[in-house]
Amino acid sequence: MTKQDQRPMRLNPPAGLLINRSKPVHFAFEGKHYQGLEGDSIASALLANGRWLLSRSFKYHRPRGPLTMAGQDANTLVQVVGEPNVLADREPLTAGLQVRGQNYNGSLDHDKDAVFDRFGRFMPVGFYYRAFFKPTGAWHRWENIIRKKAGLGQADLNFVPQYHDKSYLFYDVVVVGSGPAGLSAALQVADLGGKVLLVEQQPLLGGALSYHRFDLEGSTADQLRLELVRRVTEHEAIDVLLNATCNGWFKDNYLPVIQGNRLYKIRAKECIVASGAFEQHVVFRNNDLPGIVLCSAVSRMMKHYALKPGQRAVVLTGNDEGYMTALDLDDNGIAVAAVIDMRPEPESAALIESLTLRNIPVKSGYVVFNALPGRGKKHVRAVDVRKIIGRGKVADNAEIIDCDLLTMTAGYLPCYQLLCQAGAQLTYDDLAAEFSLTKLPEHVHSAGSVNGIHSLESVLADGKRAAICALGNLQLTTELPGKVHCTRRPNYEWPIFEHPDGKDFVDFDEDLQVQDIVNATRLGYRDIQLVKRFSTVGMGPSQGRHSALPTARLVASVTNRTVSETGVTTARPPFVPEKLAYLAGRNFDPYRRTPMHYRHLQLGARMIPAGNWQRPGFYGLPADRDRCIQDESRQVRTKVGLIDIGTLGGIEVRGPDAAELLNRMYTLAFEKQPVGKTRYAVMTNEQGVVIDDGVCCRISAEHFYVTATTSGVVRVYRDMMKWNAQWRLDVDISNVTSAFTGVNLAGPDARRVLKKIIDDVGLNAASFPYLAYREGRVAGIPARLLRVGFVGELGYEIHVPALYGEALWDAIMEAGSEFAIKPFGVETQRLLRLEKGHFIISQDTDSMSHPGELSLEWAINRKKPFFVGRRSLDVVMARKQTRKLVGFSLPNDRSKPEEGHLVLEGNKISGHVTSCEYSSTIGSIIGMAFVGIRQCTPDTRVPIRVKNGEVVNATVVKLPFFDPENKRQEL
Amino acid sequence: MPFALLKFGINKNFPFERHADLQAPKALGSSYDVVIIGGGGHGVAAAYYLAKYHGITNVAVLEKGYLGGGNTGRNTAVIRSNYLTPEGVHFYTESVKLFTQLANEFDFNIMYSQRGQLTLAYTDAAVRAFRQRVEVNKHFGGHTELIGPTEIAELIPCLNMHPGQLSVQAGLWHKDGATARHDAVAWGYAKGATQRGVELHQLTEATDFIIKNGKVSGVITNRGTVHCGCVVQAVAGFSSLLAAKAGFRMPIVSYPLQAMVTLPVKPFLGPMVSSPAHHCYVQQTGRGEIVIGGGSDPYPLYSTRSTLDLKESLLASTLEIFPFMANFRLMRQWAGITDMTPDYSPVMGLSPVENYYLDAGWGTWGFKATPICGKTMAQLVASGGKVPELIAPFSMDRFEVFRQVNEMGATAASH
Repeated sequence: MTKQDQRPMRLNPPAGLLINRSKPVHFAFEGKHYQGLEGDSIASALLANGRWLLSRSFKYHRPRGPLTMAGQDANTLVQVVGEPNVLADREPLTAGLQVRGQNYNGSLDHDKDAVFDRFGRFMPVGFYYRAFFKPTGAWHRWENIIRKKAGLGQADLNFVPQYHDKSYLFYDVVVVGSGPAGLSAALQVADLGGKVLLVEQQPLLGGALSYHRFDLEGSTADQLRLELVRRVTEHEAIDVLLNATCNGWFKDNYLPVIQGNRLYKIRAKECIVASGAFEQHVVFRNNDLPGIVLCSAVSRMMKHYALKPGQRAVVLTGNDEGYMTALDLDDNGIAVAAVIDMRPEPESAALIESLTLRNIPVKSGYVVFNALPGRGKKHVRAVDVRKIIGRGKVADNAEIIDCDLLTMTAGYLPCYQLLCQAGAQLTYDDLAAEFSLTKLPEHVHSAGSVNGIHSLESVLADGKRAAICALGNLQLTTELPGKVHCTRRPNYEWPIFEHPDGKDFVDFDEDLQVQDIVNATRLGYRDIQLVKRFSTVGMGPSQGRHSALPTARLVASVTNRTVSETGVTTARPPFVPEKLAYLAGRNFDPYRRTPMHYRHLQLGARMIPAGNWQRPGFYGLPADRDRCIQDESRQVRTKVGLIDIGTLGGIEVRGPDAAELLNRMYTLAFEKQPVGKTRYAVMTNEQGVVIDDGVCCRISAEHFYVTATTSGVVRVYRDMMKWNAQWRLDVDISNVTSAFTGVNLAGPDARRVLKKIIDDVGLNAASFPYLAYREGRVAGIPARLLRVGFVGELGYEIHVPALYGEALWDAIMEAGSEFAIKPFGVETQRLLRLEKGHFIISQDTDSMSHPGELSLEWAINRKKPFFVGRRSLDVVMARKQTRKLVGFSLPNDRSKPEEGHLVLEGNKISGHVTSCEYSSTIGSIIGMAFVGIRQCTPDTRVPIRVKNGEVVNATVVKLPFFDPENKRQEL
Repeated sequence: MPFALLKFGINKNFPFERHADLQAPKALGSSYDVVIIGGGGHGVAAAYYLAKYHGITNVAVLEKGYLGGGNTGRNTAVIRSNYLTPEGVHFYTESVKLFTQLANEFDFNIMYSQRGQLTLAYTDAAVRAFRQRVEVNKHFGGHTELIGPTEIAELIPCLNMHPGQLSVQAGLWHKDGATARHDAVAWGYAKGATQRGVELHQLTEATDFIIKNGKVSGVITNRGTVHCGCVVQAVAGFSSLLAAKAGFRMPIVSYPLQAMVTLPVKPFLGPMVSSPAHHCYVQQTGRGEIVIGGGSDPYPLYSTRSTLDLKESLLASTLEIFPFMANFRLMRQWAGITDMTPDYSPVMGLSPVENYYLDAGWGTWGFKATPICGKTMAQLVASGGKVPELIAPFSMDRFEVFRQVNEMGATAASH
């Protein structure tokens, strides 16, 4: 009997909690059109059409169909347009959806690579470590072949990301999972005044209550679910997120919950994990055939989607739950050929009786030893049932039972991921053959079957207990939590039946059989982590949900250890695979623009990134770069230019200890700095390396305004805060970079331009000399004025509140129009300062540059007792120097060295070029470079290796190149 | 199908035990010539070379967890030599050479795969720094070059050339950039070492030392005391903690470094791509998974927990470079503890304690140095403390005399 013979059909209501029978949805799978219903998942819609084969396995390309129906296995991974690796049993069906299978060669139904299934014995565990590398370099060729076979879905390299965002939520208690334990916990918390968020992965509340049968009559679950869900929905203190996955646990109950296209980041004072348990499969030959599913999966198929999963079923069980499944199947008109109970003696006479009444045979002490495939090996046709004669051992004589559906349960594994991420430990109880969780951290609680509690009353009580624990921490109750016991032991201790011909899968994702796990240990990989890494068990998409327990049992058994000692591998986030888009969100990339940004664009600026700012490089077309820079520089040298320096860092330091703080942070002394004066400020780190520089203005005795480099200010501010957390000086430090903006007005006509728009500050050389600081109103705008000379001309840095940036720019440009003022960009400024021999931190320095190498000895005050880096500097500066930053020049007709090119001394590297540009003012190529200490005296010829290996000889020049007496800036 | 696999198919009861890579646990002896603390790649590599080249086999490697379970199994398996300093370029170049031969040396496929590594520059500052690295590498005969946007787009057509407000200006193309199966490197070394008589003791933690007159003569472990001629410390993220037990301080701060991996997709990305501006690097493994890594966490810690914040920022960066990956699914994130030195170069050689040798400070770049590090540490041990020239620049006292080997720029987010 094969599936395809059957008329696909749906069961009658009330089955089908999730589907809307009046809303058909059309979609395509593998190019063929199908009809499903609103509320279907891709997988349920395909099953309704009799389509079981959804995917091909990773290694052997075996046909695979749904296993869990809950998105907890890799068997349902399909591909939709633009998206690989979609879980078909989780993904809602939408109209017009184009779905394809993945990882096949040819077609999904006729996969040529299925031939690998027959060569399995040539591919033992870790086979790729044992071959493909001889002779040296052979792997390169083999890898190309093997690589093509690896991977699952196909990436769509042209996919355009859709909108995703993030939101923050805060709750007293977050309950993860809305099964009976979660519902009971949420209600208990809310009833006693806690604000609760209930997070449920499925589209409906109720968890197992929505599909599992809890009693012989099959009525309890529905009644209880309706009652609890009604109370939860009506409760004002409970918010519910459906279709939402709590996908990790991070420190201090920081919970990422994914719903729709949003990532909620939730802080919970208390977290109750009622995540349930994973039903476990039985290991026997061909246990991966389509048509072989977990009992919970078949219940979900029927109750949620009204699917009739087969005509004739066999139930394989190691506990009472399988009997419930048999009753459900029978109720829904599916013939149950047999219930195969692995236990020698069923525990409940009532269950046997109820099956007998329905003429369902029960075989105790038997197991399915082999599942027999139908034609084309695409569905289960019959099962080979044998008597169990020892642990994992069966008798020789077989009974063949025809069936087109095999449902199985070997027990449960707690859904431990979130709790283990929170620090809980898994321990194995040999008696119950079950893992349990211990050592939960504070403010994290677990409830229900994740705790190994399985009877409905106990689960409800356990939810309540967890709630009382949480409420106690919230001081909302003084009640003490009781103890909840449950004697139900659903785990069958050794559901592993190795077959001489293999294909008895432990891990479906990775196609790993019993022998693979055993052989990994025989090869010496005995630690569970080594078994994992060598065999790849648990490394697939379902991350060990089904393979962890059988692997632990097998490894424990063959290495003569207990399962507890063997353990399982570490649970890491995320819980289920999550789209990168959720984490990236809106891809907020904070590029910063100065207030004058749009003026630059209007003026045709070529914008370049500087730290996370955008700055004008020069004004003009990229192709005209060199000419623009020379023009702009000539403009500043001969007339007047304006540059936006709004990106410059600004830090305010106020308070009685302000000068002392600066004394300790910078290398010069600031105590005696007069009010109204600026002073150069160099900062070194603890290694004595120069890390930042700027200008320090004394506004009043206890108030300084310090500038810092564009990319360095964040670090400077952070360092100040960090140090002062230790020093406890009486100062207030604030980063005012974005509160202020500014321009530098520079050139011989700068004073005349400024004079037109300022009347409360005297500008002549005597009243506002070089290096002075003044405050006034420029074009009516309150401004801080610094007479400093980075570009080496008469100039004013004008700092104003950021709000006025554009108005300031406009006012100056207008005032300057009669002097033919022009804006200049950062690249021009770099040339101008190079002509003046000023270095730029991080361009002309590296993370080893100390003040001696930069000829900054003058900027170090050795009289003061301390500054950061002082101790290192004393050691470093006493040592023989090995290199120095110098100026060099080259005739214009030589190959221009580029920044980064090497300076040579003999055949050794002695340094590198840090800055280099042609200067029309000087009339030659000029630059700065680190050179060897024997090369640093002026007029030394230093070889520089430029492009294509050519070596040019530059001449060391004493800095600055331009206006050595500094007359122009002091005008 | 290669012949090497036929034997498995022909013999149904293939005697795997006789071909075991790792030996069954043994009792811990009371005395060894050399005790190596740390059963990661570095530790077993040193043991292997001691046995292979120096005939020293009375060696115990003590591992507190399982073989290769620390940073060896947590790194993102990038092998490259495109460093900045002459010392660094020399050292890592030797390492790459050894890597290419390892599989045949071990008779165990470490899956050494030369893919090439591309590091992206979006600013003129980055271009400057890359040019310097290219020049230094070329000077020493390395295969590194600076390539322009057109060549980059040809090399990796799916790369977003204009992420956000940036544009790719240039790339540092390191043809020798490679990857290998990181675990297999440790297993191969362990296999070779134990076959030659070295003992590997897992679940064996060094808790203290016997040190008299500044000279080490024994190690106290959770399984008893072991006397020894000398000690090699190779414990990565826990270097400073172990050194403290031996009574000295190291210039090391330990930071967690996180990485993550997606579900596998069919191969589309050959080279490894790294963007320092985005603090992010991306590569596709042989299994088809995309491995994504970035910079260390911003604060010191000895816990290998994962954080949400880092995952968010790292994946936002990844999507800047490869927007179409938005629909890829992240499967797992993890962390290792990196022992960072102030100059981003390792600490190798002698320590303040006699007969106690250091292999530490490997921060985020330890995997790629495994072979050469093991080889030179073995030389150091076998010669009784004569420091090989290749590692002399990495001595711990360089920080006292300010002779750092600065690799900061060539290290950040480039693995």
